[in-house]
Amino acid sequence: MHGFANPARFLRIARWLMPLCMGAGIVVAAAALGWGLFLAPAERLQGETVRIVYLHVPAAWLGMAGWMGIAAASFTELVWRHPLAGIAARACAVPGAVFTAVCLVTGSLWGRPAWGTWWVWDGRLTSMLVLLFLYFGWMALSQASEASDGGQGAGRAPAIFGLVGAVNIPIIHYSVIWWNSQHQAPSITMGKSAMAGAFLWPLLIAMLGFTLIFAGCVLARMRAILADRQAEARLRRKALSEAEF
Amino acid sequence: MAIKAKHQRLVLLVIALVVLVAAGLLAAWALRNQASYFYVPSEIVANPPRPDRAVRLGGMVEKGSLKTEPDGVTIAFVVQDGKARVPVMFRGIVPSLFVEGSGVVAEGRLGADGTFVADNLLAKHDENYVPREMRDMTSQQARQVVAETK
Repeated sequence: MHGFANPARFLRIARWLMPLCMGAGIVVAAAALGWGLFLAPAERLQGETVRIVYLHVPAAWLGMAGWMGIAAASFTELVWRHPLAGIAARACAVPGAVFTAVCLVTGSLWGRPAWGTWWVWDGRLTSMLVLLFLYFGWMALSQASEASDGGQGAGRAPAIFGLVGAVNIPIIHYSVIWWNSQHQAPSITMGKSAMAGAFLWPLLIAMLGFTLIFAGCVLARMRAILADRQAEARLRRKALSEAEF
Repeated sequence: MAIKAKHQRLVLLVIALVVLVAAGLLAAWALRNQASYFYVPSEIVANPPRPDRAVRLGGMVEKGSLKTEPDGVTIAFVVQDGKARVPVMFRGIVPSLFVEGSGVVAEGRLGADGTFVADNLLAKHDENYVPREMRDMTSQQARQVVAETK
């Protein structure tokens, strides 16, 4: 793993991996959405409204995956002090928060025709809203610690926050199993699905496509953060050498 | 041999995480009743709430129980969870997914006569997604079709 500790080596790989993820992700996600929106059947009870599932479920998965990324990077940062870990955590935050917000908005739009309400305070919806607020808090904390330690790593505090916040992820998942809730139990669990194949396949492909887009965003943001650091270091050196004269 | 600092951090962090997850699970376990969004009929029957207390009742709409009262806007049906049945009265517009044999969440109060008077109805759909072509099948057949895709 420490082969990737060298940012120059990471940048060499990210330079071609980022557009590859992005391009493949856009093609796969667009194909899956086309399939889901135009070719997949309507649902027996829900009718056409079921089609929002092809956006809602990938967004929910990536909202949670984004925080799992922050938690994994935080763990790496705290134990191995890997120089890219803090950067990877910061790169996961914005895409993760965006997908969480998309999940909440599409869920609300879906709730109105399916349940008869835009919002209810049940376990699943509330824990997902908490996840969005955790992202906002994490971003504020990582900005603050970045500003205070002069850009030397994302800092210890956001890493601890990232790990503690990960407790919410199993709560989101099990909220519909532990507690009676308005939201239904998971349709897709390990190895089986309560969803007919006509819905399942476009959904799984949409999840793959959006995951690739997510990975592309994270790589692009990591490159941008590294470039920022480099530019800052160069400016600092320049200011120092000018000060000597 | 000296213990490497990173190994020490790894062990400490793993212990901290185990404690954290245990604390989270304990908290969730303690919340298991309070965090539920509704009561099921067997809970309402075993432990009826006071008539002035607003509660939510959730369960399945019993097949064949849905009736429209003579005034045309009040409906009566039975919510059951396989163990107990609670009759419900509701006046108003029902969500389109509200059908017999499907899930429902009713907000309202339990009357002194044991009838639940709902102010609001929410449909609850289950985790099964079945294409429209299968709509004429019985739920048993539909489950069969879904099971084949597993």
